[in-house]
Amino acid sequence: MTIRIRQLTKVYKLGVERVHALRGVDLDIARNEFVAIMGASGSGKSTMMHILGCLDRPTSGVYELNGRPMHKMGAGQLARVRNEEIGFIFQSFELLNRATALKNVMLPMIYSRRHWATARKRARAALDRVGLGDRMGHKPNQLSGGQRQRVAVARALVNEPSILLADEPTGNLDSATTHEIIELFRQLHAEGQTIVIVTHEEEVAAHSQRIVRLRDGLVLSDHPTREDPTHRRWLEGQAAAAAEAAGSRPLAQGAPA
Amino acid sequence: MILVRIVIQTFGLAIGQIWANKVRSVLTTLGVIIGVASVVAVIAALQGLRQTVLTEFEKLGAKRVYIDGTLPQSQWHTDRWRDVQLKVEEIEAIREHCPSITSISPEWWGNYAAEYGERKLDAVPTVGIWPTWHDIVGRQVVQGREFIPVDDASRQFVCLINDKAIEELDLPREPVGEFIRVAGRRFKIVGVVETVQLALFGGGDTASELFVPFGTAQVLNPEGWINDAWGSLASPDRVEEARGEITFVLRKMRELAAEDEPTFQIEVLQQFIDQFNALAAGITAGAGGIVGISLLVGGIGIMNIMLVSVSERTREIGLRKAIGARPQVILVQFLVESVTLCLAGGAIGLAAGQGLIAAIRAIPESPLKDASVPVWAVLLAVGFSAGTGVVFGMFPAIKAARLDPIEALRHD
Repeated sequence: MTIRIRQLTKVYKLGVERVHALRGVDLDIARNEFVAIMGASGSGKSTMMHILGCLDRPTSGVYELNGRPMHKMGAGQLARVRNEEIGFIFQSFELLNRATALKNVMLPMIYSRRHWATARKRARAALDRVGLGDRMGHKPNQLSGGQRQRVAVARALVNEPSILLADEPTGNLDSATTHEIIELFRQLHAEGQTIVIVTHEEEVAAHSQRIVRLRDGLVLSDHPTREDPTHRRWLEGQAAAAAEAAGSRPLAQGAPA
Repeated sequence: MILVRIVIQTFGLAIGQIWANKVRSVLTTLGVIIGVASVVAVIAALQGLRQTVLTEFEKLGAKRVYIDGTLPQSQWHTDRWRDVQLKVEEIEAIREHCPSITSISPEWWGNYAAEYGERKLDAVPTVGIWPTWHDIVGRQVVQGREFIPVDDASRQFVCLINDKAIEELDLPREPVGEFIRVAGRRFKIVGVVETVQLALFGGGDTASELFVPFGTAQVLNPEGWINDAWGSLASPDRVEEARGEITFVLRKMRELAAEDEPTFQIEVLQQFIDQFNALAAGITAGAGGIVGISLLVGGIGIMNIMLVSVSERTREIGLRKAIGARPQVILVQFLVESVTLCLAGGAIGLAAGQGLIAAIRAIPESPLKDASVPVWAVLLAVGFSAGTGVVFGMFPAIKAARLDPIEALRHD
């Protein structure tokens, strides 16, 4: 099991008030799964993401990553885990604007014990993998939104992490580019990468294998994507809307395709 | 190992940032630039001045003692200056009884008209001396001979002359054997005394001078007195010994009671050197204070710009932490940046200081013509600017290192 979570809680203190962001979550994610974590705002999905990504520590409960207890680790150890085991992808890419795509992808390896030449070689390979082999010398402002997110994906992959952790990866992209990035995720998944996406977009979640829904700090449902009732209703709604759109255009009906 | 790489990488980035924001960087580091430029210039100028002064003192001789009769202020209305002047017996007693004084010579001054042929000078300073005077004062006879005991004892009308007097009296270039009239008497020139140029104390050209045997000077001006005496120390560090011995001899001969103020003064050149060194140290300390203030101001500028930088790059810091940078790595990164900024300022300051010194050296006849920036001052300046970078970069760097990655990534 890549991720094993038991009775995970997280309590924030906001002044005198205590906010229970997570109230006892159980979750297992196996190697090479492609999971979407969904939920409305306030459901605890951001907190979940931060704990999964070792940016934050739980108040209580167990979080094991590759069998190692993350809930017991210190800040320095967690920094190392983030560097070696987790590939982050953010909604707004978070690239360094003054550095080239190659330098951006090399960034995580500055903080690991890799030789400079090796780092360069691996960064090139990662950029090739996301289809940006010909854009290595470009700076982020010379790239489109989709290309920027590809650079970010390459940066996330470069240290060969156990999990790719994406937080609303398509939130800043138009629908065509969204599709492009989702295809990239599917491809990486097919190559064996474990992927966890935190999103509120059903369309994005539709491409995962499994949807975990959170509400009020608890797991509301955890189904394979095809069997997820909410998702099925959404799919039916989409189909109905498509049919309605087709029906509302009688001139087009029966016209040669 | 990782830290070394971070330092190198950050250093490169920082240089790039500074180059990209040349104006902003220069303005930010202005305090450091001024601080370093002034410390470098002041140190170099002091070095130059010290060189000049010490060379002058060297010429005068650190072993020289000056003895003079003087009237304490409390006795100005009751006694006469004339009565406290040195007597020949007193000088002889010092010569006999002060082992730390190896030689001594009185000076008996007068101003007389001097004539050679058609040339006439109205008032040439004429000093009556013992032959020991040359060694003590460091002005040797370069032509002819010194006075001999018989010159003094039998009040011979012989004289020594300096270059300026030769020129002004239009004497032959080798005037030994010529006769001139001094105070209406016929004097034979027996030698030429060398001229010592003292840029600090004497100015450029010296005046005409004549030297006569001490006994002869008394004959020329029987109403005069011994103006002062020069002695030579056995060694420069026997100053206090000499002072004690001379004081003992003079107090005894003048029958001064223990509570009486001395009616003479003793000065040693080493004192002036010490005073100069104290003055130089004082100027250095004062300059150090000014430099400290400008570095403080400069440091606050650095701190300000680094805080701006941390704030501008909060998301970047968040990202770096998210992908595995430890807090200490972030700390080092920002420290390297502020140190690089300060070092750049320090380099400009050094160049400006060198420019100032070059300008000072270019002043004609400057006593600072030997001014140069010593290596230790360069190291000091570099150290100071790096130190400023570390001290004033620390707070912003700690701020950056302590940022919570989650909060930082949410920052706008």
